[in-house]
Amino acid sequence: MNFEFSDEQNMLREQAQSFLKAECPPQAVRTVLDGDAAFDQSLWQKVVDMGWTATVIPEQYDGLGLTYLELSVIAEELGRCLAPLPFSSSVYLATEAILAAGSDAQKAAWLPKLAAGAVMGCLADSEANGHLTAAKLSTRYADGTITGVKLPVADGDVADFAVVVASSAAGPVLALVDLNQPGCQRQVVSTLDPSRSHAAITFDGASAELLGEAGSGWIQLQQLYNRAAVLFAWEQVGGADTALNMAKEYALGRFAFGRPIATYQAIKHKLAAAYVKNTLARGNCYFGAWALSTNASELPVAAASARVAAIQAYYYAAKENIQTHGGMGFTWEFDCQFPYRRSKLLSVNIGSEAIWQEKLISAIEAQRAA
Amino acid sequence: MDFNDTPQEATFRAEVQNWLTANVPTEAELTGLDYIGRAKLWQKKKHDAGWACIRWPKAHGGRDASAIEQVIFNQEEAKFDTPAGIFAIGQGMCAPTMMTWATEEQNRRFMPPMASGEEVWCQLFSEPAGGSDLAALRTKGVKDGDDWIVNGQKIWTSGAHYSDFGVLVLRTDPEAPKHQGLTYFFLDMKSPGIEIKPIRQISGGANFNEVYFTDVRIPDAQRLGNVGQGWQVALTTLMNERASIGGGGGGVNFDSVFELAQSVDLGERPAIEDPSVRRKLADWYVQEAGLKFTGYRSMTALSKGEIPGPENSIGKLVGAPKQQDMASFALDLLEQAGVIWDEKLSERAGLFQATYMASPGLRIAGGTDEIMANIIAERVLGMPQDIRVDKGIPFSEVPTASS
Repeated sequence: MNFEFSDEQNMLREQAQSFLKAECPPQAVRTVLDGDAAFDQSLWQKVVDMGWTATVIPEQYDGLGLTYLELSVIAEELGRCLAPLPFSSSVYLATEAILAAGSDAQKAAWLPKLAAGAVMGCLADSEANGHLTAAKLSTRYADGTITGVKLPVADGDVADFAVVVASSAAGPVLALVDLNQPGCQRQVVSTLDPSRSHAAITFDGASAELLGEAGSGWIQLQQLYNRAAVLFAWEQVGGADTALNMAKEYALGRFAFGRPIATYQAIKHKLAAAYVKNTLARGNCYFGAWALSTNASELPVAAASARVAAIQAYYYAAKENIQTHGGMGFTWEFDCQFPYRRSKLLSVNIGSEAIWQEKLISAIEAQRAA
Repeated sequence: MDFNDTPQEATFRAEVQNWLTANVPTEAELTGLDYIGRAKLWQKKKHDAGWACIRWPKAHGGRDASAIEQVIFNQEEAKFDTPAGIFAIGQGMCAPTMMTWATEEQNRRFMPPMASGEEVWCQLFSEPAGGSDLAALRTKGVKDGDDWIVNGQKIWTSGAHYSDFGVLVLRTDPEAPKHQGLTYFFLDMKSPGIEIKPIRQISGGANFNEVYFTDVRIPDAQRLGNVGQGWQVALTTLMNERASIGGGGGGVNFDSVFELAQSVDLGERPAIEDPSVRRKLADWYVQEAGLKFTGYRSMTALSKGEIPGPENSIGKLVGAPKQQDMASFALDLLEQAGVIWDEKLSERAGLFQATYMASPGLRIAGGTDEIMANIIAERVLGMPQDIRVDKGIPFSEVPTASS
């Protein structure tokens, strides 16, 4: 049994933690939340310099050729400090889509730039309220062009290109679209987590090239979600730990009725419950990381388990962190709002709790039928 | 990351598998024996071949095996349907306490027959007025020459009726503050003055007992630790109790409820097609998998010769309520037939009904859910203890329901 990160991966974690402690304190999140910038550009450049955007990109495309275990470590640490970066959009989604389905030419065109942080990508899937289905797709791909509206697109205002989910004569497709062209109109939309920006993108005959085979887009999208779910879950678990620690530190220092509120069982049991949820989620994330890094057939089950557990853990820790802080937790001045906002953002990106619960049971049924 | 044994572990596992395959008792060997006789036969067989309590020193009846080897042995043994159940408290809780606090001479006398199953041990801690607040116990020990004279009552003593020896904590100084007036002993359960009465449980079993002490004499030589040090000794036992009681194991699990949902209808379709059923099943699967993989992380630490982190402390707190909720849900899926508890008529011979009725006990035994949450908050998260009104005052002055 060797169900643990290696010494080298733990070194990477220590390095990431000390780097992010210095470069991404809560004030960095607040600056983006309060300001006009879409993300923390100086932090992004440093993250790029550390090679994090190049982690799993093969060396032939100027990447580091590391595994998803290293990327899992980075994801957890970025989640822990609630980094105001378009990392999930560009690395877990856009880069992954090209790695999975890109032609040699597409890989050669985009991966070196993604590795070097010269471009950022995003995934344009959502179109309206509710879960996206293949039948409901209104964005249309035809003859090398895309027409339709995507809303909201995480980091769509800052990305250089989008992986767009669209219908076509052959069925659903994934298409690569350069966003810096006249056929793309982008508008920033306000969201409940302004530390991560979102846009509405209108495609009006924008030129596009297919990613993978025409008609296979829906299957590709599900596979992309499965891979990204593991990395999202690691970010969520990192954030859930932060929320739990914030609550604990506050409870230790806050006195009521002549004693620290950390001595009250109502508070202790709340935080013990958060610890339990975080630990269960982390256990599932380990399995997800293993399945992702080995391309195991268990990935659909592992990804959905990690995702469901992480959504539940982060939501619980984030809301009870505010509750533990009492009125101060509800003020703009305190940082409790950061994990509360981020937990919801991360849980509705790439499909929410009910969707992943359904995927989990479907995957278990498929596994047992096989 | 992988799930593989090291070459050394794989060799060990193969050795265990070979021995178990050749030696797990057949039904013919067990015929005519009750559950105690069956458990003792299997334990003796393991001991004679050097496979009992393998983590213990050889001089105490063990094998000097490592912690990971113990885990491997348990995993392999669990693949067989072997008689079990009556040695867990003695070997899991009394033995570590004896090995920490008793003399080497005592351990050489008592550990080998405990390992071989020839002598069964029980633990006499809880009292009518001291459950979660264990240190509030009041069974009295008074020194008389080289003996102690014991009077009072213990409760919830599993297996007292078939035990040969027991460990117990007594109040030896009622004028000292609560935790400082306790002393720890082991005793012969056949001593004159001990009366054992079974307690009938809501699950139908009667494994627990009340144990009454009337002028029972215990030699001072059977004291573990100093007079007044009983709480510290008891913590050795309790730490091992919480490590050895799982709650996530047998009983109702994801598989049994998933299969039930496939086989019964909810409305006009199989229950498994109902979205609300699927969501609940997903949550339970995630909990079960979370516990499993958390356990794998602990195993990894053991495999490297390290001490596992605190993660496994969540096992009972998650496992016990989960069993209760899943059993309750399964009974709902069975609708009116859910009330039938009959080995022949009930689904899975009554597993869901039995778990429904047994699970309240799981949430209480070995530390209630609430105590387990306190332990996580205090020992894992480092939060302070609750303010105690009984701290620092003589035990005799601590308020009680009758005062």
